[in-house]
Amino acid sequence: MNWVLALPEIVLSLVAMVILIFGVLRQDDSFFLSSMFALGGFLLAALLVLTTGSGIGYHGQFVADAFSSLVKILILAGAGLSLILSLDYNRHNHIARFEFPVLMLLSVTGMMVMASASNLMTLYLGLELQSLGLYVLAAFARDDLRSSEAGLKYFVLSALASGLLLYGVSLVYGFSGTMDFAALARTLTIPQSASPGLIVGIVFVLVGLAFKISAVPFHMWTPDVYEGAPTPVTAFFSTAPKVAAFALLLRTMATPFGHQLIAWQTLIIIVSVASMILGALAAIGQSNIKRLMAYSSIGHMGYALIGLAVGTPEGVRGVLIYLIVYVFMSAGTFACIIAMQRRGRPLELITDLNGLSATDPALALAMAIFMFSMAGVPPLAGFFGKLYVFLAAVQGGLWTLAVIGVLTSVVGSYYYLRIVKLMYFDAPEEPFDPRPTALSFVAGATGLFTAFFFVFPAPFVGAAQAAAKVLFG
Amino acid sequence: MIYAVAVFAPLFGSLVSGLLGRAIGDRAAEAVSILCMLVAAVLGPLACFQLVSGEADAGSVYLANWIEAGRFHVTWQLRYDTLSAAMVAMVTFVSMLIHVYSIGYMAHDAYPHYRFFSYLSLFTFSMLMLVTADNLLQLFFGWEGVGLCSYLLIGYWYDRPSANAAAIKAFIVNRIGDLAFAVGVALVFFKFGSIEFSTIFPAIPQHQADTYSVLGGTFPAFEVIGVLLFIGAMGKSAQIGLHVWLPDAMEGPTPVSALIHAATMVTAGVFLVARMSPLYEFAPFALGMVTFIGATTALFAATIGCAQNDIKRVIAYSTCSQLGYMFTAAGVGAFQVSIFHLMTHAFFKALLFLSAGSVIHAMSDEQDMRKMGGLGRMIPWTCTVMWIGSLALSGIPPFAGYYSKDAIIAASFASGTGIGMYGFVCTVLAAFLTAFYSWRLLIMTFHGKPRADHHVLEHVHESPWVMIGPLLVLALGALIAGKLLDPWFIGEDWQAFWNGSIFNAPNNHVLAALESVPPWAELAPLVMGLAGIALAYLMYMVFPLLPMRLATQFRGIYLFLLNKWYFDELYDAIFVRPAIRLARTLWQTGDATLIDGVPNGLAELTVDGSRQAVKIQTGSLAVYAFVMLIGVVLLVGIFLVSR
Repeated sequence: MNWVLALPEIVLSLVAMVILIFGVLRQDDSFFLSSMFALGGFLLAALLVLTTGSGIGYHGQFVADAFSSLVKILILAGAGLSLILSLDYNRHNHIARFEFPVLMLLSVTGMMVMASASNLMTLYLGLELQSLGLYVLAAFARDDLRSSEAGLKYFVLSALASGLLLYGVSLVYGFSGTMDFAALARTLTIPQSASPGLIVGIVFVLVGLAFKISAVPFHMWTPDVYEGAPTPVTAFFSTAPKVAAFALLLRTMATPFGHQLIAWQTLIIIVSVASMILGALAAIGQSNIKRLMAYSSIGHMGYALIGLAVGTPEGVRGVLIYLIVYVFMSAGTFACIIAMQRRGRPLELITDLNGLSATDPALALAMAIFMFSMAGVPPLAGFFGKLYVFLAAVQGGLWTLAVIGVLTSVVGSYYYLRIVKLMYFDAPEEPFDPRPTALSFVAGATGLFTAFFFVFPAPFVGAAQAAAKVLFG
Repeated sequence: MIYAVAVFAPLFGSLVSGLLGRAIGDRAAEAVSILCMLVAAVLGPLACFQLVSGEADAGSVYLANWIEAGRFHVTWQLRYDTLSAAMVAMVTFVSMLIHVYSIGYMAHDAYPHYRFFSYLSLFTFSMLMLVTADNLLQLFFGWEGVGLCSYLLIGYWYDRPSANAAAIKAFIVNRIGDLAFAVGVALVFFKFGSIEFSTIFPAIPQHQADTYSVLGGTFPAFEVIGVLLFIGAMGKSAQIGLHVWLPDAMEGPTPVSALIHAATMVTAGVFLVARMSPLYEFAPFALGMVTFIGATTALFAATIGCAQNDIKRVIAYSTCSQLGYMFTAAGVGAFQVSIFHLMTHAFFKALLFLSAGSVIHAMSDEQDMRKMGGLGRMIPWTCTVMWIGSLALSGIPPFAGYYSKDAIIAASFASGTGIGMYGFVCTVLAAFLTAFYSWRLLIMTFHGKPRADHHVLEHVHESPWVMIGPLLVLALGALIAGKLLDPWFIGEDWQAFWNGSIFNAPNNHVLAALESVPPWAELAPLVMGLAGIALAYLMYMVFPLLPMRLATQFRGIYLFLLNKWYFDELYDAIFVRPAIRLARTLWQTGDATLIDGVPNGLAELTVDGSRQAVKIQTGSLAVYAFVMLIGVVLLVGIFLVSR
């Protein structure tokens, strides 16, 4: 039993439990200390991910390979950045409790299990572990009505999605006799041999995962949860779980059901197009920037799904590059959003950004970089994310997807650039509170990454390429 | 080496005063650009003398590679032969005097002056690049450069609508010529596979019989190229049809007019024809056209000059007319004579314009001659030099114009062709008119009773020495340039002087035939000139009321001349207004309705879609779950159907 492969996950859960005991025993405020421990745990886990080798463990239920490593690093980065963002916000909003980093750690453990799942059972296990953490995190500001509502909504809908997923798993198991990814792949080598029951099972699994990445039409929870949850939690929602769920979707679709590409490709195309269009259209009508980011993330998931729809290593490489870029871009944007505070009160309206360039030029510049990047303006990182998936789509002959993608990004650029316009051309209002150092750090680091990605894309593209190759064996 | 310095010194001056002018201040910018012009004005003529005296060999100064694209190969290279060197000497010298004069003239201008001096120097540099070009593309570079600078300088007072209109007019009219010129250059490339003069000229005899077939007709290749290049020259040199920009160009400050009319810009067309003489000598039809257009312009512009009241406008039309003379000479194969006239003309035309500027300066910016008169005693220096200029222009011996102008008239007679005779008649008549309008100008401005109101008269004053100085130098040039240059340019040893830089076909003996023109033809222009002076004296000095009576008597003719043969109105009706109408149609239906309509409609559609998309998001949990289930059903349905 090669338990060493799961060392990062084991370490994370241990750290979580230690912090739990420490937090309960210690009487006074321990949020900051726990957070620092958690950050240390993330760092340690990242190191372990990079150093532990690859292989299959736990009787084929758990796999560590280039793909899972890349995804885990990305998850840890997203989670770490979100945790840094929460430091000052939670204190200002009286939710600085030590359970916050604990929940995050447990949730991240679930995500990492998802990234390594090579069995439908492990898949479900990881998914539930991360979801349980997320439910509580969404409702973490328990005195805030909106936060509680967000948690509840997410819980109910997610439970529904989990039920669908579990039902799909049982169908797949019932019609194929196995839950192991490798065995499933062997069984399904010939597409025609698959029974309708199995196919329906695949659709249900797909639906369950589509819910997690908030792809249309399973996106309904996203705007409400994004708006209601405390902003660092929203930042967390938009980074790590997205990556984990997408990784799971990629692995599930590519490895066990890879030979069924012709069967599920249409579905992914439909979901992708619907996500891109809805993400672009609905965001225009928003006045709350967190809701806007919710629709923006729906759109981005639509673009990333293009790569999956192509079903080739190039497509998966495109998705992974997109996710890398998206995690940093998104974390940076939320850093800017969290910085929107006046007299200790967080602001959420887009118009609160009016004339930011006059009152805080550095923040405005960072926000402008993220917005331009999200809109896909070269040479910023967002452009390359889109470039690689569109490239894969064109090479794979999916012209329609590429064309729709380009058209919706034109629409999308409207609301991104509108924010830039508000910041730079509208009359300034009262300045925001001074930025905490942590926010400046996150916004600065991710801003630099976004702006100068084009200088050093090779290591990222290389890692994504290696990861994509693994899935297609 | 000194040749290259002479060419690039003005560029340096222009860059310094233009880019750093704000930083170093007006005085310094002026000083730098004038110093650079002084350097150029010493080295330019020096380079010319070295070449003529045999101290230096003709050749070219290689600077850099410009374009390397397949067979298309262009270098930056300064051609160093008699034609180029003579032009460089003249341009740098005259331009330097205009620079110096500008110090005084622009002293009271409200704008910072560095911009003006930067443009002036850049103008000079462009002209120098044009005349020293060793290939057609570099020539085109200078060609467009002078076009640009003329635009900048004519519109120098950018807050005057009339100046902007004139600048735009000059630019657009030149564009029409430039188009033909560019097509001509392209044809040269396709014919010879090169646009370097050193490759083209030797290859000309072997392409003599080439033809183009267009629309069923067959045209000799050289004729087509020659005509196209000449249309370009017509634009730059303001020949009839494309002349409309030149009179309006006086909207710029007077030194600019002097620069445009004397040293740079308008002479480019004449230079081009002389430079391309190896080609034109094999294009008899094109040459005939050159003479025809030139002679017609000479007469046509002179008639208009007789009826204008604006002092600068009279001189502007006189330039137009004198350029016609130069083309007349070039057209009959006497390229040397046309360049000779170009040189002498540069002196007396710069002199006339600058002294007109001095008059305007004295009259507190009044340009209408009807409000002048009797200024001779108040501004004696200006009056004297203007007399000298007019004597030179009218071709009275021993002034410069006499030599060159008489040579042109004699050459057109000596050519012995029908078109040559047409040129002879036109130019002789024009000589009469030239003398007439010159003395009309002199008398109306300097003699008779003062017609200005006393406010203006009280302020009449002689210009400062920084303005008078250049005038005196130019006056000296107008006095002796003809006598001095005649033996070099068209005298017995002209072949040694030109050293092959201008080509004459073996059967072209015009220059030799100049000596054998019958005395009556030789004397005709002088007699006509004196007659013109006499008539002007009679009409404006002895019977001052006569012109008025004639104008009312022959109202039709008078208005026709006053309105410049209605060319502007004609173009307005044929080209400008239809173009505006077309543009308006395209704008309103094409752009505003169609092109704007599509994106606007799309945007509205998007906003509408956004409203619908937002509507689904009710906040109700049941609806959310319902949408999800519908999605599942849909996907399963699609899946089962599509497989």
